[in-house]
Amino acid sequence: MADTAAHRDGNCLAGPLSEILSVEPTTAWWRCPECGQTGTLAELHVYGPDPGLTARCPGCAYIALRLVREDQHVWLTLGSGTGAFRFTTA
Amino acid sequence: MALTWRPARLLERHAQTATARTLVLSVPGWAGHLPGQHVDVRLTADDGYQAVRSYSLAAPTNGERIELGVQSVPDGEVSLYLADALPVGADVEVRGPLGNWFVWRPAQTEPALLVAGGSGVVPLAAMIGAHRRVRSRSPLHLLYSVRAPEDVWYRSLLTDDDPSLDVSIIHTRKAPPGSDRLPGRITAADLAGPAARLKPTSPVYVCGPTAFVEVVGDLLTGMGLDPATIRTERFG
Repeated sequence: MADTAAHRDGNCLAGPLSEILSVEPTTAWWRCPECGQTGTLAELHVYGPDPGLTARCPGCAYIALRLVREDQHVWLTLGSGTGAFRFTTA
Repeated sequence: MALTWRPARLLERHAQTATARTLVLSVPGWAGHLPGQHVDVRLTADDGYQAVRSYSLAAPTNGERIELGVQSVPDGEVSLYLADALPVGADVEVRGPLGNWFVWRPAQTEPALLVAGGSGVVPLAAMIGAHRRVRSRSPLHLLYSVRAPEDVWYRSLLTDDDPSLDVSIIHTRKAPPGSDRLPGRITAADLAGPAARLKPTSPVYVCGPTAFVEVVGDLLTGMGLDPATIRTERFG
């Protein structure tokens, strides 16, 4: 995949999320709390990769999740708030 | 899922076009994959710097051999390296198979439409290969947008007279001699014929650069297709 600034989609989260989830994530159903659009995680628009991956609603750009990779940790934020989960991966 | 990074050895490299390559890798312990899935490839430099990029699997399951489609892009450090510099016999790491959304399963029997922009043809080639392997009679139509005739990947796969595969190639800059379509970007007219042969539940798979996928998605929904039947993969 090209290293460009254009967004990709939730398909590309399959690998990064596999580090912290035990079920294949891209077919997960999702409903935007902002605009009500529904779909799968694969259909979210994903921006990144640096400083982290941000997945947004394809309808209204509301933030669905953010994922930041560090050496020993993965940080996961759900929604647009600042509370984050830090997973130890190494 | 606990996917781990596995060593993968480059066995062969084939040129598809002037800038596109098929990489054949051997991955010990590879348990197979579905057509349309991808892998993450990780490169580690001598100083420890690591880079990870996603690449679609270009062929159906074949033991521990996997094929990746790589388009070298001038600003893509990883793709440039994989396309031309990584020596045959060298190891990288792969993680996968990844993604259960953008997949075609051999049990599917309804007609399907595949729409590719440029190197977006890679996961669709795996679907075509799997469709052929199981001798599926379900009609597939590939609509494939390229700049010029010399940019077509997988030419032998696409031109071997499979009666259940229709291929339409759209040239955006340069059409071959005798073509009755002027060069230009994909339009509703290009999609209308293949779309008319779909059933209401037929899946449509669209893969390519983000702008291409957005345009095709809008054209298809504008023609009345149910958005829930359209699966997309954007690679930036």
